[in-house]
Parts: sequence; C-alpha cells; structure tokens
Amino acid sequence: MNEAEPHTTAEHDGATPPGSKPSSPSPSPSPYPGTVAGEGGFPGGVMGTPTPEGRFGDFGGRFVPESLVPACEEIEESFTEAWADPDFRGELHRLLTDYAGRPSPLTECHRLSEQLGVRVLLKREDLNHTGSHKINNVLGQALLARRMGKTRLVAETGAGQHGVATATAAALLGMECKVYMGAVDVERQALNVFRMQLLGAEVQSVESGSRTLKDAVNEAMRDWVATVDHTHYCLGSVMGPHPFPWMVREFHRVIGDEAREQCRVLTGGDPDVVVACVGGGSNAAGIFSGFADLTEVELVGVEPAGGAAIGRGIPGVVHGMLSYLMQDEDGQVLEAESISAGLDYPGVGPEHAHLHATGRARYEAVSDPEVIEAFGLLSRTEGIIPALESAHAIAWVAREKSLRGKTVLVNLSGRGDKDVDQMMEILK
Amino acid sequence: MTVVALEATLRERRDRGAKLLVPYITGGLGTDWTDAVRAATDAGADALEIGIPFSDPVMDGPVIQEASDRALKAGATPHRILAELAELDLGIPLAVMTYYNIAFRAGHERFAADLIRAGVGAAILPDLPLCESGPWRGAASDAGVESVLLAAPTTPDGRLGELCEASRGFVYAVGLLGVTGERSSLAASATEIAARCKAVTDRPVLVGVGVSSPGQAAEVVEVADGVIVGTAVVRRLMESGPRGVGELVAEFRRALDA
Repeated sequence: MNEAEPHTTAEHDGATPPGSKPSSPSPSPSPYPGTVAGEGGFPGGVMGTPTPEGRFGDFGGRFVPESLVPACEEIEESFTEAWADPDFRGELHRLLTDYAGRPSPLTECHRLSEQLGVRVLLKREDLNHTGSHKINNVLGQALLARRMGKTRLVAETGAGQHGVATATAAALLGMECKVYMGAVDVERQALNVFRMQLLGAEVQSVESGSRTLKDAVNEAMRDWVATVDHTHYCLGSVMGPHPFPWMVREFHRVIGDEAREQCRVLTGGDPDVVVACVGGGSNAAGIFSGFADLTEVELVGVEPAGGAAIGRGIPGVVHGMLSYLMQDEDGQVLEAESISAGLDYPGVGPEHAHLHATGRARYEAVSDPEVIEAFGLLSRTEGIIPALESAHAIAWVAREKSLRGKTVLVNLSGRGDKDVDQMMEILK
Repeated sequence: MTVVALEATLRERRDRGAKLLVPYITGGLGTDWTDAVRAATDAGADALEIGIPFSDPVMDGPVIQEASDRALKAGATPHRILAELAELDLGIPLAVMTYYNIAFRAGHERFAADLIRAGVGAAILPDLPLCESGPWRGAASDAGVESVLLAAPTTPDGRLGELCEASRGFVYAVGLLGVTGERSSLAASATEIAARCKAVTDRPVLVGVGVSSPGQAAEVVEVADGVIVGTAVVRRLMESGPRGVGELVAEFRRALDA
C-alpha cells in the first residue's frame, strides 16, 4: 500500500449499520497530525464538527497555496462565529423561508411506489427557488461574504445550478458575480448560461483540461488567488479546503432536519434508507446529516459510473482536499464522464470519503442509460421531471431489488427543466 | 547521479555577493527540453527548477498551463522526466516543482528517493502549505531532499517566521497575489514580501511569480537574494526552443550581475 495513503481509524462508536465493516480497517496511524478518533472519527459525533485541521477521519484538510491559507482561516473563523449568532441564523432562516420557499415539501410517490414495490418518498429540493438545493448553501455563503466585507463572489458550476444560485444571491445582495463553467457544460446547459447572464453575472467559459466542472474549479481558484482581498469563493459543494466541506454541509443540513420531521409526520417513523446522488456530494451531505445518528437508517450515495470517485478512485489530493479521487498511477487526475454535468467530477467531498471508510454510508454507481430510463420513469409515473443529477438516485432505487417493501427517502435535489434540451437530443 | 545541495550552494554564492537566478523549465516540454536545461545552465543559472506537469495546476497561469498540457499530451510522466534528468550531470542544484498529489500518489518516501536517484535534491509543492507539510517534510528530510516552502503576500507575520524556519533550500517569496504569468510591471508586493522574509530569516530569499523581465529582476534583487523566472522562460522555450532559453537566461544573468 502507498505509504502516504490515509488509513481508517480503528475506533468505532457502533454507529455503523449491522453487518457492515469499515472497508479499510488498517489500524496504522494517520500520517497527518491532528486526526481525532472521536465518535465515528468526529469530535462532535457522526457528521459533527471536523478536527481543527479540517479532518473527517483521515480525509479533508487544507491543501491550498499559501496565499489562500489566511482566507480559509478567515472564513472558518467568520463562519464559526456567524453560525453561533442568532441574528445571522435568523436572517438566513428568513431568506430560506420568504425568498427560497422553504421548507421544501415531502412527496409520497404513490404510482412509482406501486410500480417498484418500494415506498418512495421524495424530498422536494427541486421546488426551491432557482430549482435545486444549491440555494441553501449559496444564501448562507453570500450572507457570510457580506459579513466579511467581501463585495464579489466567484463560483464554479457544472450543470449551472450552483452558478444560477450564486448569481441569484449576488443579485439579491447587490454583489458582483463571476461564474466559471467548463466549455462542454456551457454547450450542454445553454439555458442556465443565459439565466446567469440575466441575473447580472459574468459567465466565463473554461477551455482548459477536460473543459468540465473540474476545470471550472481550477479557474475559480485561480481567480480567487488573485482577488482574495475583496472576493469570496462561493464553493458549490462539500469539497475544497477546510472549512468548505463542513460549512457547506451545515448550510444544507436543513434538508435532512426538515426531512426527518416530515417523514415522522407522514409515516410515523424513520425511513429505512436515505438515497441521494453524489458528485461533490452536497445534497447527499445535507440529507444524510439529518439521519446520521439514526444507526438503523441506511445511507446510500449514488455516483455516476463515469465519475465514481469512491467506486473507482483512491485517496488523492486536488482542489484543496484529501479524498477519493479518480487518478492514474502517476497521480494525474482523470476526466470524469457523465451524462450529467453536475456530477461530472472526478473527486468527492472528504466527509463522504470518511462515511465510506467507516461504513456509515455506502456508495453505489449507476450508468447513463439507467439514468435516462429513470428520468422518464419519474416524469411519467409522478409528473415530476427530475434533474439528471437527481435521476441517478431514482435510477438506483428502481434497480435495487433489495429495497422491496422498504420505505426509501430520495433527495430530489433539482428539477429537470435545464436538462430538457439535452434529453430531446438524446431521445431523438 | 550527484546531488548538488541547493541551500549550501545558494548561500555560498549569495555570501560572495552574487544575485541568484533560478529559471524554471517544464519537464517534458518538447523532445529537446533537456537541451533547454543545459542552455539555461550554461547561461549562468545558479540552480534550476524543473516542472513535473500536473493535470490540474491551480497556481499556474495560461502559459505554464499550456506547457503542462503539451508535455502531458506528449507522454511526460514523473518517472520519465526524472530518468531524463538523471542523464544530465549539470553541476548545479536541481529542484522539482510539482503539485502535491504527484508526491502523495507515489508515497512520500518513494517520491523523495526517486528525486535523489535522479540527482534532484529539492522539491517545491505550491499546493502544500506549511500547515499540511509536516509529513512530507519529514520524509523529504530523511531522504536528504530539501523542501522549499512558499511565503505569500497574505502570510501573516506570526506565521512567516515559522515558515521561513521550516523551509529548506531557500524561501520562495510569492511576488504577488495571483497565478504564474508575466506582468508589465513589478508588483509592489514583490519587494514587500522579500523584505518581510529577509527580516526574519538568514536563508536565501528568492522572489517568483510575476518576475517577467531582466529589468524587473534587477528591481527585485535590490531587496531579495534572487529571482525565479518561470513563465518568461517557458514561453521562450515554446516560441524559439532551447537556444532562445539560453539567450533569455543570459539576459537575466547580465541584469542581475550589473
């Protein structure tokens, strides 16, 4: 084994589902200082607070150029303060309610449930303002940026959902906004490009590398390195350097908290399984965090087969974090290949790497054809056109025979309007 | 392969009153990149930085990105670049510049040993800041590899001393907030960060990022001990080959010696 590869901490709090085992049970100590082997590897419990070094077990950290270290420290300090400040929480809550339309509903899918023999519940993040869960994080970060005195937001975007959300928050708070988007995605998500421009943002097409999400992140980081004095990098997923993976998950925690209550009201209990698609992993982290302490609830993340960082990757470092990464034998990052621009990413958030390593969550992969099928399936049976990203979660539920008779909560992270053009081409 | 110690060499030259010149060349860029390495050496480089291209170079601007892309497309790998370097016996210190995942993937101990075997005695990993660098620096030190740390204009005073103390070879003072690339004039931050580093360390302090012309280099070394010249050299290599590199490095040498 690679000497520098992180090892899973041997400690366990019993939070893993029965029968599951940590996939990498080596007791060797982490080569990195500061890894706290608390409950489930977190000092604050499963999906609690990371270590002061930003570690979730052996993953995470702050692997950024020295120029950005002070900015990360400032964000960490400001976020910690703001998150404990009732005024900040109150303002965010008001925006989430009056502006974004929270709480999002929980919908029971009667026809789909009957067809699959699985009781399917959808957490309807697609009904949020701007059409996806992304708005939760963006409103939080934009308020934080303003609190830190920043006047400009930069963001990366894959499918354009995070870009649209960031452009929206920038318009709302009167901030300047620039969104980096891979040239391939600009092509396949033209509608979202125009939406961002309508909202007053500048969209920069990125021609380097694979010309998708990974390269948009590179370009946004390059912008931030040069503009860090007045710019906040509004990262769109639970990835990047500490504190982003933690902070973004906290801003999305509302998904899981709401869903837990809603499930209890609707069904009188907790779901057997919670399912969400995983690219960087923000919507999954959000909904998982509401159920992580319920050890009998199974957590399943669904990756695209062509971008399965956990399924096909090994630990590596890119974009500021140590996590699972699709890479070659020299450490060059591989290009992901997915039908869905939002999941077209070779890495994954470090907390998911930890949830995988400890066995608290498991990660499955679905193929593009399965996703196309699921996209149609939900549209026809429930009258809900899902985002291609969210269709990954549906695809796994439709495929997985062991779910029969169970209650499954799916995070429907976004709506499919943006994908209709692309699907028209595919289904022609 | 003889490893020439970086810090000892730079200190000795500095103490004799020389201003230090460290050109950067992307490894594997063109079939004759090692000729460019020789040309830069012959033209008076005090040490050389050799880039091992990485797929996602977040600290690099368009020119070095393009150079990295070209090299990777031509089949450059860490192994191949080090093997080609091992063939050269230049008599000056060599440092590789690459991103941390290349070292992480190989494993710290193996990567450090591979460097030494190729005659490379130092490494610069721009995405591995002081706070994350402990394990790598430990392994590097055990293998005899000098690990150069970068100090940025945003680095607070409180950490600058610790950073300069932990760095080996020299202190790489990042001349501006931004990625590698040429600028029409020297940023005020270049001499500011050099002065701040010089105030807390006796190690050689070299400014890199945004040092684009011999004139700018001469300005920088009024405060700093030397300069790292990357983009200008790489662009010259792409435009006019190894001979052009030799000419450009000679121009920088003359400006520093004047």
